[in-house]
Amino acid sequence: MELNILTICYLIGSITFILGLKMLSNPATARKGNLIAAAGMAVAIAGTIFLYKDEHGVGLHKHNYKFIFGGLAIGTLIGFLAAKKVKMTAMPEMVSLFNGMGGACAGLISLIEFGRISNELGSGKSFHGTLLIIFLGLIIGSVSFAGSMIAWGKLNGKVKDFSFPGQQILNTIMLFIMVCIAGYLILNITHANSYLFYVILAGALFYGIMFVFPIGGADMPVVISLLNSFTGVAAACGGFLYNNKVMLTGGILVGAAGTLLTILMCKAMNRSLLNVLIGSFGGNKAGASQQSAGGGTYKEISISDSAMVMAYANRVAIVPGYGLAVAQAQHICHELEKLLDEKGVEVIYAIHPVAGRMPGHMNVLLAEADVSYDKLLEMEDANDLFKTTDVVLILGANDVVNPAAKNDPASPIYGMPILEVELAKNVIVNKRSMKPGYAGIENALFFQPKTSMLFGDAKGVLQQLVSEIKSL
Amino acid sequence: MEYILNFINNSQQIIYIVILMIFLGIEVIGRVPSVLHTPLMSGANAIHGVVIIGAIIVMGKAADTNYIAIGLGFLAVVLGTLNVVGGFVVTDRMLEMFKKKK
Repeated sequence: MELNILTICYLIGSITFILGLKMLSNPATARKGNLIAAAGMAVAIAGTIFLYKDEHGVGLHKHNYKFIFGGLAIGTLIGFLAAKKVKMTAMPEMVSLFNGMGGACAGLISLIEFGRISNELGSGKSFHGTLLIIFLGLIIGSVSFAGSMIAWGKLNGKVKDFSFPGQQILNTIMLFIMVCIAGYLILNITHANSYLFYVILAGALFYGIMFVFPIGGADMPVVISLLNSFTGVAAACGGFLYNNKVMLTGGILVGAAGTLLTILMCKAMNRSLLNVLIGSFGGNKAGASQQSAGGGTYKEISISDSAMVMAYANRVAIVPGYGLAVAQAQHICHELEKLLDEKGVEVIYAIHPVAGRMPGHMNVLLAEADVSYDKLLEMEDANDLFKTTDVVLILGANDVVNPAAKNDPASPIYGMPILEVELAKNVIVNKRSMKPGYAGIENALFFQPKTSMLFGDAKGVLQQLVSEIKSL
Repeated sequence: MEYILNFINNSQQIIYIVILMIFLGIEVIGRVPSVLHTPLMSGANAIHGVVIIGAIIVMGKAADTNYIAIGLGFLAVVLGTLNVVGGFVVTDRMLEMFKKKK
């Protein structure tokens, strides 16, 4: 009877995961979808703790309950606080970090299960199938964990891009060797060679690091999404291991949806997944595109001049980028928009799908500052309006307005759709310095005659602009 | 060969689930607008935290003298919980900001 209730708990869990994902892909229902999935998860977890019985009818040992509840309490407390405290700008790192935790959890499960199996070796039982699942969970979980940690460090700015010639080949060979050792162990496991298990563990961790290391910062969202789907598959391995349907459905669902999401993100940047993984953004190819922009001259504009052209414009388009997020300038940006609006200037926000560190980053950020939703234009709509726009104000965006994506086949971002701001009458670029953007490539836009540079931190500059326009 | 056939036969239920879930996962998020990519990724991230259930099971099964299993299992429970709780809360915070306007 108890077991049947557990089955129903798991059924509820699986259904809420599917419903939750479905609702998450629609703006109107997204928040509710997230809560529904969370509720289903709670039901599944509670059911496991109180009702679980293995195939011999043995439940969880009572003496371990203190550890289970202790672990749940600690994890809940830290996870809740970390998620509540994190700044909007650091959200992507946070997702990567939590993803890594899931991967590590899957890896640890494999580790413990292997320990259990190695005690039973020589008893005549065959473990081929179980071992296969354990190795899959171990390798995928560890790669996901190590990769997520590197991605986290990269978005933090703590880890720099690092690549060397032949790295991809080395990675492939490493993966191949790991698979071979795993295959050998699955067929011929003995006490004597079980140490090879730990060799695979170390290899998988190292592979995860090397896998993410060469991939440039601008591609990090894609990588996180990919690692996310890896962790999903690793979780599903646990489902295989315990014949647990909710882990299986949840894991595979995320694995499939995550893979599709990864591909959709690549499409938003007009690149293929392979290109992202092998391309080593800003690495070996960036040298070729330097000559196209370097050596030009740019002109600066003062705060008061900028205030003047904007206050007397008919339409101003604001292009937000990561710089805006870093400076936490979304509120003052909204203030500028309201001020201009009062003066009869039409203000729109042109949002590039991959502006910031993650797709949708800018929408979230501006929504936080109460910017009205209908002022946020998607790329295609914004591009139609640039021709009739007087001033484009670029706030800490760079690669998404780089014309090299359109006209320089040697550029690593060639082919990515961009905001065609050069169609507008005036372009004001706010940046902290002339340093190239996240992808590490020069931007010819800054050297064009209609472009003026307005150096400084986005928040400071916007504050000065607001007070200047007020006094006009 | 016989072993493989047996394996497939014994786990056919699971294999069906896997195949159906792959198609369902692709179908369910097929038309997501790019604005929602990040929250969706974050939500999916929380859902694969279901691995916590595996962690609870290994933890619960550990014999009381097997300190390695207890230690690693405890760590797995903590990390899995982090994934679940943190994932859902972060997603909710992202989506909260979407809701305010209009």
